[in-house]
Amino acid sequence: MIEYGEKIREIALKLLKNKEVDVFIGYKKGTVPMMNEPVLITDPDQVESLYWDSFCALNLCNYLTKRTDKIGIVATGCNSRNIATHIVENQIKRDQLYIVGVPCEGMIDHRAVMRTIKQREITDIREEGDRFTVVGKDFEETFEKKTFLQNNCATCTHRNPVIYDEMVGEPVEEQTDVAPFKDVEKIEQMAPEKRQGFFARLTSRCLRCYACRNACPLCYCPTCFVDESTPQWVGKSIDPTDTLTFHFLRAYHCAGRCTDCGACERVCPVGIKMRQFTKKLNKDCQELFSWEAGLTLDQRPPLDVYSPDDYNEFIK
Amino acid sequence: MENPYLPYPVRIDSIVTETEDRNLKTFRFVFINPEDEEKFAYTPGQFAELSIAGKGEIPIGIASSPTEKGFVAFTVNKTGVVTTHLHNMKEGDVMGIRGPLGNWYPWEEMEGKNVVIIGGGFAFTTLRSSIIYMLHPDNRPKFKDITVVYGARNPGMLLYRDELAQWEQRDDMDMHITVDGTDDPDWKYNVGFVPAITEDKITSADNAIATVCGPPIMIRFTQPVLEKLGFPPERIILSLEMRMKCGIGICGRCNIGDQYVCKDGPVFTLAQLKQLPGEY
Amino acid sequence: MTAKIFSKKEWTQALEELKQAYRVFAPVKDGDFHTFMPLENGKQPDFDYPNSRLSPKSLVYPESERMFEFSLDESDSDAYILKEAPKDFSPQAVVGIRPCDSHAFQIVKRNFDNPEYQDPYWVQHFESTTLVGLGCNTPCSTCFCTEVGGDPFSEHGLDALMIDLGESYLVKALTDKGEAFLNSASGGNSADDAGLQKAEELAASAREQIKVSVPTDKLQDKVATDLFEAPFWEEVAFACLNCGTCTYLCPTCWCFDIQDEISGKRGDRIRNWDSCMFPLFTLHGSGHNPRDQKHQRVRQRFMHKLKYYVDKYQDGVQCSGCGRCVRYCPVNIDIREVCRKMNEF
Repeated sequence: MIEYGEKIREIALKLLKNKEVDVFIGYKKGTVPMMNEPVLITDPDQVESLYWDSFCALNLCNYLTKRTDKIGIVATGCNSRNIATHIVENQIKRDQLYIVGVPCEGMIDHRAVMRTIKQREITDIREEGDRFTVVGKDFEETFEKKTFLQNNCATCTHRNPVIYDEMVGEPVEEQTDVAPFKDVEKIEQMAPEKRQGFFARLTSRCLRCYACRNACPLCYCPTCFVDESTPQWVGKSIDPTDTLTFHFLRAYHCAGRCTDCGACERVCPVGIKMRQFTKKLNKDCQELFSWEAGLTLDQRPPLDVYSPDDYNEFIK
Repeated sequence: MENPYLPYPVRIDSIVTETEDRNLKTFRFVFINPEDEEKFAYTPGQFAELSIAGKGEIPIGIASSPTEKGFVAFTVNKTGVVTTHLHNMKEGDVMGIRGPLGNWYPWEEMEGKNVVIIGGGFAFTTLRSSIIYMLHPDNRPKFKDITVVYGARNPGMLLYRDELAQWEQRDDMDMHITVDGTDDPDWKYNVGFVPAITEDKITSADNAIATVCGPPIMIRFTQPVLEKLGFPPERIILSLEMRMKCGIGICGRCNIGDQYVCKDGPVFTLAQLKQLPGEY
Repeated sequence: MTAKIFSKKEWTQALEELKQAYRVFAPVKDGDFHTFMPLENGKQPDFDYPNSRLSPKSLVYPESERMFEFSLDESDSDAYILKEAPKDFSPQAVVGIRPCDSHAFQIVKRNFDNPEYQDPYWVQHFESTTLVGLGCNTPCSTCFCTEVGGDPFSEHGLDALMIDLGESYLVKALTDKGEAFLNSASGGNSADDAGLQKAEELAASAREQIKVSVPTDKLQDKVATDLFEAPFWEEVAFACLNCGTCTYLCPTCWCFDIQDEISGKRGDRIRNWDSCMFPLFTLHGSGHNPRDQKHQRVRQRFMHKLKYYVDKYQDGVQCSGCGRCVRYCPVNIDIREVCRKMNEF
């Protein structure tokens, strides 16, 4: 994936020079290993800072909400599905965007890398094809990328962008033999008390920093329910009930809209696996409505539509 | 160890609805423990946190004057959770007051000077405190001319109407009441925005200090009027509002630059504010 | 002051015994990271750690802390009157705290324990705490304590300092509190010259390892309003998600919110950490918000740490160089870069 960088810079330069876009949104190389910083570029002279590797795992769609200018943006499969959702939900217009599609073979889970090298200090990471080399003060180890993919990437079935104006490379093969909901099924089979305990443990470290919410392109409400005071839906201390309420409600707000991009888990400073919640709803949407978020510009998410001739009795 | 977050318990002694939209009420509180009244020694310009168990706290300027004994009074605009609940409380109910907090108008500097007070809307509360304080026989000789311009949208939105009428009658102060507009044919005071009335009625900045409280738009348009009259920024006094929690400069939210509005303010001179980021 | 050398095994044993007199907190392996936890229920300290992910500030300043309690039952004579919530201010020892985090306590002390007001919770928690530091033999790549008035072996604000000599710890008492702690610890031998000498060498070597340059020398002379108007804030803020990670992990961030919570006929007034990254932090009741925009909030965080604090206390920046925000900011906003920009502006 590292080679996409050159192509991204080339396209960005063309777009900015020809004034086809006002701004270009991509990544620049981070100041610490395995971290890259989303960047907005307006000047063709700045395109050199654009960068791409297997640690570009945030969701750039987050930076599009309600922008009014003409934007070039880099998008992987999941990011492009969020852009589609944004367009459907009127957060941005299709004709404002020049989408630079990135066929994605998955992002590397930086925490898994740290675990494997026993939390030693990394000074550099080099990516070469489907392998990467971790360099530390007194060690150097090479790993296969596919064994270190983020959990969501390992089971991703939409690696190629669903909407784009230009691709930086040939489409990659989509994965078919994956079982994305295995962990959800396990939770579904738990007895209610056990499941409740599981959820409580899952969220027990939460600091209520809201990084998960803020990294999520779906969370664009002008005032989030956790910030409302009249009525106050949820308490603000780290009381476990309030914390669970936050995570549950956030997940429900994402039902039928979540592309499982994994940004929430990636940004969580305490490592909470909140995708356990959103994935359950993704699974329900697939089973009940044959729906996966962001694959079309013509249809609103299932929980976002009302039809008088809905076949469900309860809705009439 | 003394706990600055612990409110003094008080009882609501009286409630007066001030404005025709019923959004502003003046609450008089008496301290349940009489010794707390002494501890709550305040100076006009300061504020306090009104504290309602189960709802929270809200910072409100003190509307009574220290020369008025036996109670403290606050005029409260109904806006959020705490103030809405307070508006629904009744005489005799128990709650808390924490303070006094913040600094005050520069009384020492104002001594021997002409005092100009300019207020708008419901930001007249600590100005009422100031006027009552200055008019007290012990204090009146300390100040030269006292001129007050106070305006509201219409006559029904003026605070302290009875007192305004009394002040209008006095010969030891100049009271200029104004409204943005009215259809009352018997209205006997001014009609016009506060900046315009200020320009009309205040003739000199000589040996004078101006204190201005009001909505941002009023302050924005009054400021050039005062500057034109010759008030230097050091002699234009403003009182600011901010979202606050602790009230004692610790919780961190009400800063403008390195100043905390709750502790270093709420009273600032325009000269001071010009040194600070315009983030308020 | 006493200085002793304990074998590592002896030291673990000593801490076990010190639990009689102190609530002992130490870094404990907790999943991928280390967290300061009370040594109870068989929890074992692990001093072979870079630093805890969450700063130990919560041991003096908990994320949620009950301040008062009250009854809403009209039949109670003290209904609606706030009462102090009971608290445990019995002695606690934080063992293995890094010097940067101890430095951070001294920074926030200026806020919580100032000439005009003393925050009774912070002050009493802090006074009941004995801080036993652990020198950093191998600082992390994100560490920059030496650039902001600290040192990997700084004794500033510590009551005692542990130094990892390999097979043993040299533990030096630095204050009366530290002396009392060390004297309650059984075992160990008086530190010999060889041990003290080795400690010196480790300190020098650690200092050498911090190579990063984060100059702060020109911040004091800048005009605050000029820095405030500097053209780089929107660029610095672009990637920011406005989450609270930096502020919640930071050992020198001290802002809090006060909230009432009720359950049936009783309730509590609670204070919770708050963050200048959140729009709600400054939202007025009227709807006006002086820091409505993302870049305004990001600017506030950096201006507070690197300018307003500098101006107010005239003794350096509000940052101890622990590097947590650098390491854990999900979008890689790096305070070292921002500080350079501000210093050079």
